[in-house]
Amino acid sequence: MNAAFALLRRDLSLALRNVGETLTVLAFFVIAATLFPFGIGPEPQILARVATGIVWVVALLASLLPLERLFQAEADEGGLDQLLLAPAPLEALALAKCAALWIGSAVPLIAVSPIVAAMLQLPSEAFGTLLASLLLGTPSLALLGGIGAALAVGARKGSALLALIVLPLAIPVLIFAVAAVEAQIAGLSVRPHLFLLAGFAVFWLTVAPFAMAAALRQAAS
Amino acid sequence: MTGESAAGLSGRELACMRGGRTVFAKLDFGFAPGELVVLRGPNGAGKSSLLRVLAGLVAPAEGTLAWHGADIADDPAGHRARLQYVGHLDALKANLTAREHLRFHAALREVGARDGEAHHIAHALDVFGLAKLADRPARFLSQGQKRRVALARLCVAPAALWLLDEPTNGLDTEGVACLAAAIADKREGGGIVVAATHLDFPGSQARTLTLSPSQ
Amino acid sequence: MNWQALANPTRFKRLSDRLLPWFAGGAALCLVVGLYLGLVASPPDYQQGDSVRIMYVHVPAAWMAMFVYANLAIAAAASLVWRHPLADVAGRAMAPIGAAFTFLCLATGSLWGKPMWGTWWVWDARLTSVLILLFVYIAYMALNSAFDDDTRGARSSAILALVGAINLPIIKFSVDWWNTLHQPASVSRLDGPSIHASMLTPLLLMAVGFTLLFLALALVRMRAGLIERRLAALSYSRSAEAGVASFR
Repeated sequence: MNAAFALLRRDLSLALRNVGETLTVLAFFVIAATLFPFGIGPEPQILARVATGIVWVVALLASLLPLERLFQAEADEGGLDQLLLAPAPLEALALAKCAALWIGSAVPLIAVSPIVAAMLQLPSEAFGTLLASLLLGTPSLALLGGIGAALAVGARKGSALLALIVLPLAIPVLIFAVAAVEAQIAGLSVRPHLFLLAGFAVFWLTVAPFAMAAALRQAAS
Repeated sequence: MTGESAAGLSGRELACMRGGRTVFAKLDFGFAPGELVVLRGPNGAGKSSLLRVLAGLVAPAEGTLAWHGADIADDPAGHRARLQYVGHLDALKANLTAREHLRFHAALREVGARDGEAHHIAHALDVFGLAKLADRPARFLSQGQKRRVALARLCVAPAALWLLDEPTNGLDTEGVACLAAAIADKREGGGIVVAATHLDFPGSQARTLTLSPSQ
Repeated sequence: MNWQALANPTRFKRLSDRLLPWFAGGAALCLVVGLYLGLVASPPDYQQGDSVRIMYVHVPAAWMAMFVYANLAIAAAASLVWRHPLADVAGRAMAPIGAAFTFLCLATGSLWGKPMWGTWWVWDARLTSVLILLFVYIAYMALNSAFDDDTRGARSSAILALVGAINLPIIKFSVDWWNTLHQPASVSRLDGPSIHASMLTPLLLMAVGFTLLFLALALVRMRAGLIERRLAALSYSRSAEAGVASFR
């Protein structure tokens, strides 16, 4: 376990030193969300109706951006071999990379999401649920993204391929995250939705490490 | 060759396939503790592939690889724990210093503070003449200095088997001498060193395994 | 030479030689009779009129979309567990066929939707799930062909096929739930619960015909895939023989 924590610590300190990368993801998130008022008009009622969906869809797209380098950089530099040869289980190391990805890119994104939501006229009583849905939903995206990134190591058409792999599998998360916020706006109970999102996170937490490890092992051979 | 003792690392009838092509086949060898084995052969003869097979990164298409007579396929984790591999890439992050790289590697190899991690790192930096560069980020290091950092990893964690892919690439004479000293030290302690290289290490009695693709 | 790499493909070729005419012939027979019964001999629906005849293609295509994916997942598991080259070839051979059936299901559903719903596309729960299944097929094929080394493509896409297989029920459940939330149901469906016997016979014939067609196409594609592999291996071995080693 020490090895996994050391990897998490190293990746986080690298993320701190390359703040530019995180800022690029955040800028994409804000700019892409800003396009929607231009596309569908600035009427507050219309924006309020679609705000949750926009925030979530754009967050989903933004979460794809750092995936391409997640394992590919390790493979290009030679570090992947060192991870594969570590005595620690590869599953734990892959999970550590996903955790660093989540803390390094999803958490800042969640932090700025209220600003985007406010610009899109999301009713103020829904902010808490939006944050909760992001906190419970983005771990699934990071794990799912980790699977995609591990599968695509060494592939020719990196980023578009990642979108093809990850997006269809992320649809359930999107459905229930948006449903939670809309339930809050409609005055219904949000608990079942949030429980389901947590359930998805647990599901991917059990599946993703094995899928990533299997993908990385065959990527090295 | 097949009659050699089971001590150390031995291969029987090893074959390796890459991308549907047989790189080498029917390879038999036995490397005894304390030995330095130099892999030679032209480009594409399979030196790197053999090193990756020995490391367990690539499963042999045929044959078995054994450590002290026990098949490594039965205990891949144990095999990983006993070896250190330096590939032809340095595996360095531009924004991390030499010391940070070595500290991370020690943690990855499960060498903690209790096992004298700090001492090992200081020793490794010393062996490869990196003491003055220890806190410089890798992006400010020259090619040869980066290679030294990659090789210094060998000294931060114990290992019975070193697998080195073109370890002298980019090294100056002094760097080669550092490596030769480290290898001599490892052999004295009963370690096995397998290296694919074009250079002769000064003062070393090495065995040579020549891989040759016949036309 | 690896016995798996040669011996079994040879046996597979002999077996497929014997099976292929039966599959192809059976498929042709079932599809011709099924289409005649479905499009000409069966009665029109009292509500949907002649549009109901699309069902004889649409419903079996939907079954095939799932059936082929199940086969793909089995081939993927075989490829990962036994590392058998035949499983790799099978996965690569089956995916485009499955994607074609999935697309056929969506296209016929859309054609049926125009007269029935008055629009080419409705976010109906079943159609949406099939659409996502098509996306998974596309991702599989893209990943399979994204590597210079075919074996890597086969292994990577096999892992994806398995991850997809365990995730598809979740997607199905989510989409069904999402659909009931957003749509005040009670739109007439293409596959009603009460099917008259005169409709059942052509429907089953079409389903059997599609299955045989899938088997025939998969066999042909697998044989082509095996020949391709042999060709690649031959061109390699001509350019360079396997290395020999000397140790002193």
